[in-house]
Amino acid sequence: MADKLLEFLQQLLNGLSQGSIYALIALGYTMVFGVLRFINFAHGDVFMLGAFAGFYIGPKTLALFGTGPSYPGAFAVLVVAMVLCAVIGIVIEKLCYRPLRERPKLTVLITAIGVSLFLENAGQFVFGANPQSFPELMVDRPLELPESWGKLSALTVTVSQVLTFGVTLLLLFLLRFIVLKTKMGMAMRALSFNPVAASLMGINNDVVISFTFGLGSALAGAAGILTSIQQPSIDPLMGVNAGLKAFVAAVLGGIGNLPGAALGGILIGVIEVLVVGYVSPTYRDAIVFGVLILILIFKPTGLLGTSEREKV
Amino acid sequence: MTERSKILLLIALVVCGVISYAIGHVHVPDDQGHAVTLIAKYSYFYDILLGIGISIILAAGLNLVNGYTGQFSLGHAGFMAVGAYGSSWLTLTFGYVLGASAFGTTTVFVAALIAGGIGAALAGLLVGVPSLRLRGDYLAIVTLGFNEIIKGVIQNAEPLGAQRGLGGMEQHTNFFWTFAFAAITIYVVLNLVGSTYGRGFLAVRDDEIAAEAMGINTTKYKVLAFVLAAFFAGIAGGLYAHFKQFIHPEGFNFLRSVDIVVMVILGGMGNTAGVVVAATLLTILPEFLRWFAKSDILNQAIGFLYQAMTPEHFAVASEKTKELFENRMILYSLLLIILMLTRPQGLFGNFTGKRNQRLQ
Amino acid sequence: MKHSLLLSTALAFLTAASALAQDEIKVGEFASLTGGSASFGQSSHKGTALAIDEINAAGGVLGKKLKLIAEDDQSQAGQPATIVRKLISQDKVVAVLGEVASSRSLEAAPICQQNKIPMISPASTNQKVTEIGDYIFRVCFIDPFQGSVMAKFAQSKGWKKVAVLTDVKSDYSIGLAQAFKEALPKGGGVIAKETSYSTGDKDFKEQLTSIKAAKPDAIFVPGYYGEVALIGKQARLLGIKVPLLGGDGWVGDSLLKVAGTSLDGSFFSCHFSADDKSEAVQTFVKKYKAKYNGETPDDMAALGYDSAVILAEAIKKAGTTEGPKLRDAIAATKAHPGITGSITLDEKRNATKSAVIMGIGGGRFQFVETVAP
Repeated sequence: MADKLLEFLQQLLNGLSQGSIYALIALGYTMVFGVLRFINFAHGDVFMLGAFAGFYIGPKTLALFGTGPSYPGAFAVLVVAMVLCAVIGIVIEKLCYRPLRERPKLTVLITAIGVSLFLENAGQFVFGANPQSFPELMVDRPLELPESWGKLSALTVTVSQVLTFGVTLLLLFLLRFIVLKTKMGMAMRALSFNPVAASLMGINNDVVISFTFGLGSALAGAAGILTSIQQPSIDPLMGVNAGLKAFVAAVLGGIGNLPGAALGGILIGVIEVLVVGYVSPTYRDAIVFGVLILILIFKPTGLLGTSEREKV
Repeated sequence: MTERSKILLLIALVVCGVISYAIGHVHVPDDQGHAVTLIAKYSYFYDILLGIGISIILAAGLNLVNGYTGQFSLGHAGFMAVGAYGSSWLTLTFGYVLGASAFGTTTVFVAALIAGGIGAALAGLLVGVPSLRLRGDYLAIVTLGFNEIIKGVIQNAEPLGAQRGLGGMEQHTNFFWTFAFAAITIYVVLNLVGSTYGRGFLAVRDDEIAAEAMGINTTKYKVLAFVLAAFFAGIAGGLYAHFKQFIHPEGFNFLRSVDIVVMVILGGMGNTAGVVVAATLLTILPEFLRWFAKSDILNQAIGFLYQAMTPEHFAVASEKTKELFENRMILYSLLLIILMLTRPQGLFGNFTGKRNQRLQ
Repeated sequence: MKHSLLLSTALAFLTAASALAQDEIKVGEFASLTGGSASFGQSSHKGTALAIDEINAAGGVLGKKLKLIAEDDQSQAGQPATIVRKLISQDKVVAVLGEVASSRSLEAAPICQQNKIPMISPASTNQKVTEIGDYIFRVCFIDPFQGSVMAKFAQSKGWKKVAVLTDVKSDYSIGLAQAFKEALPKGGGVIAKETSYSTGDKDFKEQLTSIKAAKPDAIFVPGYYGEVALIGKQARLLGIKVPLLGGDGWVGDSLLKVAGTSLDGSFFSCHFSADDKSEAVQTFVKKYKAKYNGETPDDMAALGYDSAVILAEAIKKAGTTEGPKLRDAIAATKAHPGITGSITLDEKRNATKSAVIMGIGGGRFQFVETVAP
């Protein structure tokens, strides 16, 4: 009995860790949707670019901090990757989505699909299609759980898992601070309510949208680094699966709703892990789509979302 | 108008029949002097040709949903899969039930095709009814999700070959069946759109809430378009399966759905003629690029553009450029982006303006 | 002006295809150079291309140079049929090399068979591929053999309870797992637990957690190196200490880079090892690295190489490129000294050759033994 419980707790822990990654990516989806009312299909590929950014700049950045993997070094790589991804996100928006602001939503959706396909295939062309080994940014090992926790000390929790969860929480709070307590955040919220009114109020919509994209992409980049620390095999197609699941997470939580995205991410991570562990791993992807469909049919606004009245 | 179009359809069917017979029975000499049929001599172009016909059926059908009714369906390949696997299973199991003659097997084939289409239509109903209440992006994602689920079901179904794929189908598909069904699809779509149903579709596309307010049952129209498009996708799937003679779940994935959506957009949503042209162009495009990447024209262009480089730089640059052109996926995705940025209304734009004038 | 450019391009497209060069022997290849299976397609293509270059440098075959016409099928179903039709009817190739994925080989094989053009697959392991007809060959072993190799190895090590972790998105993995599951009980072994994952997955802790609970003596993971490396790492992190067993899908540049020391004590069967000290292998590795920027060749590259060399040898032996005679020459391949071992094609046109079992220790591959069929 206790063994089963232990197994369940272990699965839960795994789910939390996986869910944090989805949460980070989901935040990007939800922010862009909140502000622009469209689903940025290419977002998952920014996650992949973050991982590759870490791959290329990792060794050099680590060298600045002394020999070998280290926590400050890992942190520096994280920050640089986030900045790089933010820039990439802003560039993509400016080149491909901004000209289509006035167009019907299908047009920009197809463009986003095009950007996603381009990033994946150009990635294969430039980085090579083979999986690459992500450099060791920090020494990862299972934590020694205190004996006083009794049976619980048999659980395996790695430093990287704790770090992932911690950084996710940190970034979440940072994000919440930006959105609720800064001028830019207020502008973002105004834009999400009514873009026309916002610009009438003197908000430069273009700047705010760029900022939103940059922020979302930075979070995806962070997810890329954190995930690669735990699973150091990266390839140009790694954003496809993660992006899709994070998208479902965003919808589950209520697209356009920040805490919802975080909640959705954790939930999807846990559901996925439990299904794989207790039902069958073959249904790993199908179950995620199943959740998506159920949510969209029964509560399209998501768990934390509010109903939008369509005005005529 | 319907009388005229019926005659046109009959003519089209006869022409298809004649062409199909001709290419299958007229013999020409090949390189060694043996007499082979036109199909055998030009089997590559025949492959592309049938691919065009199948694409037309898929795109014209989807045009009904995405174009005329304005709904974003991103999962059309799922219905193609239902038709492909359904009809394949039927011919593999019951292929000789009416005897081994050409007549017997062909009858079973056509029956299986239609059964596959009906199966796909049912799938369309199952997917459509719960989903069509959603709008815009949400519908797109749900249809994508259903596409993946259909794929997932097939991947786990042993009698359908699961992840190994399903093969051994006989090559029943030929020019006649492919283009006959293409003609029928176009006929049905155009006639439907020209009728009061068409007004209903367009009303839903232009302003769904206003349409509801006017008493139009928008759900009925959306579901009708969806189910009909799924039926044709199923037929296309069956034709595809009996031509390639081997199908695999990965052949009906999201990318395939995107391919079909791009044809509808390129053709001008709601413009059947445009969509037919777009389907033709986009089916030829990958094969054209395949030739172009290795062609002398590209070589000369590279030689011209990079002439200022040193020999080693030139070697590397020309190598990389050729590789880039051989990467049809990169080119295709760039094409998609550029198309959307420069001409999102497609090649021929939306002709409903003119259509309105003509019907008045 | 625009019209004539379009017209001339169209004409060029239609006619260029039928131009023939008489002083070359055209060999067709279709591979997944882009898309989901790009890493495998690119490897096999590189091996094939290296072989063709070498053969041409040594004077070619029957006094003519070999021209490799390689096409990318983008890892997409539906494309191999089109490509092979093009290779046969337009490019007039004498034989076709391809593919790595069994499903794509199964799609193309009937066309080659119908047209009496020999087809040699470098790495398709599904039994059905060569069953399509007598013009279809392969230079790799088929699943039943490799599965039984590892089952016997497990038995010899006294590992009775073995868990099986299959990649359900790969028919290669499914086939190998099936063969293993059938062979293991014959030696008195028992399947402790069966579970699965999909290609591209990064997280296997759930499956490993349930495997750990079944307390196996070893875990059979017949998947590809991208996932196997992560599986090894995560297994050790979860406290699973038993060895992992696998097949030739393990061979890949990044396997040990990603896995670190976590795969020490594990074993896998394969065709080829870059660490094999034999002269033939070392020369191949050196030439491959020289041509491809220092990249180490993997199993697919070695098999691609062997398939091309066997074809060239058969053309030489047959003295002609005519379909039936060439087919017979290929079928008569006996004890061909390939990079992936001594290859003999049996009456089912599959390769009878020994498997090599490699162990991993100290973060390096170590040769263990050769298993004859």
